[in-house]
Amino acid sequence: MMAIARASFRSIMRSPSAVVFTLLFPLIFILVFGFINGGGIRLDVALDGKSDLHNPVFDSIASMQGIHLVPGLTKAEIDHNLQKGDLDAIINIQKRLADNTISYNVDVTTNMASREKGIIIRSMLEHLVDKANLRAAAMERPLVVLSSKEIQVREYKTIDFILPGQLGFSLLSSGVFGTAFVFFNLRQTLVIKRFFATPIRKPFIVMGEAISRLVFALLGAAFLILVGYFAFGFTLIHGFATFATMLFLSALGLIVFMGFGFVVSGIAKSESTIPPLANIVTLPQFLLSGTFFGIENFPEWLQPICKVLPLTYLNNAMRLVAFEGAGLGDILIPLAIISAWGIFIYALAVKFFRWE
Amino acid sequence: MNSTPVIVVKDLKKTYDKFEAVKGVSFEVYDKEIFGLLGPNGAGKTTTLEIIETLREKTSGEVSVAGFSIDQHPNEIKKIIGVQLQAAGYYPSLTLTELIDLFAGLYNATVDPMEMLKQVGLEDKHKAKFKELSGGQKQRFSIATTLINQPKIVFLDEPTTGLDPQARRNLWDLIRKIRDNGTTVVITTHYMDEAEQLCDRVAVMEAGKIIALDAPDALIDKLVATGFERKKEVKKANLEDVFIHLTGHEWREG
Ligand SMILES: Nc1ncnc2c1ncn2[C@@H]1O[C@H](COP(=O)(O)OP(=O)(O)OP(=O)(O)O)[C@@H](O)[C@H]1O
Ligand SMILES: [Mg+2]
Repeated sequence: MMAIARASFRSIMRSPSAVVFTLLFPLIFILVFGFINGGGIRLDVALDGKSDLHNPVFDSIASMQGIHLVPGLTKAEIDHNLQKGDLDAIINIQKRLADNTISYNVDVTTNMASREKGIIIRSMLEHLVDKANLRAAAMERPLVVLSSKEIQVREYKTIDFILPGQLGFSLLSSGVFGTAFVFFNLRQTLVIKRFFATPIRKPFIVMGEAISRLVFALLGAAFLILVGYFAFGFTLIHGFATFATMLFLSALGLIVFMGFGFVVSGIAKSESTIPPLANIVTLPQFLLSGTFFGIENFPEWLQPICKVLPLTYLNNAMRLVAFEGAGLGDILIPLAIISAWGIFIYALAVKFFRWE
Repeated sequence: MNSTPVIVVKDLKKTYDKFEAVKGVSFEVYDKEIFGLLGPNGAGKTTTLEIIETLREKTSGEVSVAGFSIDQHPNEIKKIIGVQLQAAGYYPSLTLTELIDLFAGLYNATVDPMEMLKQVGLEDKHKAKFKELSGGQKQRFSIATTLINQPKIVFLDEPTTGLDPQARRNLWDLIRKIRDNGTTVVITTHYMDEAEQLCDRVAVMEAGKIIALDAPDALIDKLVATGFERKKEVKKANLEDVFIHLTGHEWREG
């Protein structure tokens, strides 16, 4: 059995499609989403050309968090971009000199398209103006003092959402496509028949193949998690324990998905019917299981479907484990649902599995 | 020659759906002989062999191999036979050495892959992947895999189909060597010269039945006794002699 596992593992490592689907695709997605790092909103602001730039008001605006000054635009471009919504606001700062005192006039223009951002910019500016005025008035005891507190929470980064989803996707495609193709081909090219002429028992052939896929997929999973952790600050809340739990979940997920693969390879009449069949299994899960977006974002009528798919539960469980530090005991419900799928799908697999 | 039977086939029948491919054949294969199964395409040779090899279900009849019944102890049989299938595959992207290791693992045997490959003249190809071999080289590799478990009985289903004349002759030498080491060989072929040179006894099958079974010489004598006479050979050599003369006697590595 281990001989088959080893041979099959080598075979997988040499098959470009396995490597691409299990490692490269998820890795690319992780890279893409890892670099679109969220972290607050970004307000694109341009200064009117006639603005005075050498004053404390400008300095404080420029240093405000979230404000991104867009330099080097002409007046016409600025107006145009604000219309289009590429800019969120135009600020014009004018210095005035009257009665020997300097005062500033801050003009802000926002657009209707990005109304919320406009409101934020306005209130930021108001705050700034008030503070400046307060200081100018030298008021020692302010009438009202606002003290606000923000509860410390762990920062939920894009990667914390994306990585578990990509991991799930990787397991799904490796489990379904990989298993379906490999078994179909082994049958078709009579590799299995040749095995039958040796003393190895049938279940061990399947197990040998399954073990190699498991090892391969887990190496892939470990690789993805570690890349996420080291390169993008993916949250592994309890460190190694979390990592190990995620690998356990990966193994469980893969075993269930391989069941789908067995069914597909059993049903498929020819090699070209495998991809459509496998896609029927993987695509809905890929789209509806919270791989890219939380399933809350889907319309009401899709929710029940989302809530049936095994990948939804795998993704959820992964996120709970990685980010909230859930142990296996805390995710019994997703585990139970995934296992139920496993039992169901293997019952089908046994029915459809063909040796020749 | 020894005549203890190692394979006993009694009234073997095989029906595919409604088609009767093997219509009750009986024969024995003796210990340490080279036994040939001849016959036109579709005669039922492969079917018969694969039933004996425990790869196909029989419809009725009895088969025992080295004393083990194919119904009761198929796994005991698999341990002591080496099988070359008429059509079989190997992981295409593995090298020959890795494949030999794989099969050694399946038999729980330890072998030197180079030694195995050398027997079929593929030692220079040990790093090649299976899919990179030529048709005849694949065939030779397939024969090498049958010897990994030092089998008591080797089944070769058309082992020389697709081989060049030298490879064919070298394979004959290998088959004789295998037999001399005490292994029984069951072989099918469409080359009568091969059967005549190699086989101690042959069975001729047609349409699912054995229509003749004897030593090649005896069969020839019987035919001659009926007054049959072959058209006179005019030349002292034929094209095959020319080919071998031109291209030498060694295994072709290609
Ligand atoms: N799996 C199968 N299902 C249905 N019919 C089959 C099957 N395998 C073989 N047959 C039929 O059984 C008959 C005998 O086939 P077999 O392969 O045993 O012939 P053979 O003597 O080995 O021929 P060849 O010299 O071409 O290898 C053929 O008519 C073939 O069509
Ligand atoms: Mg045949």
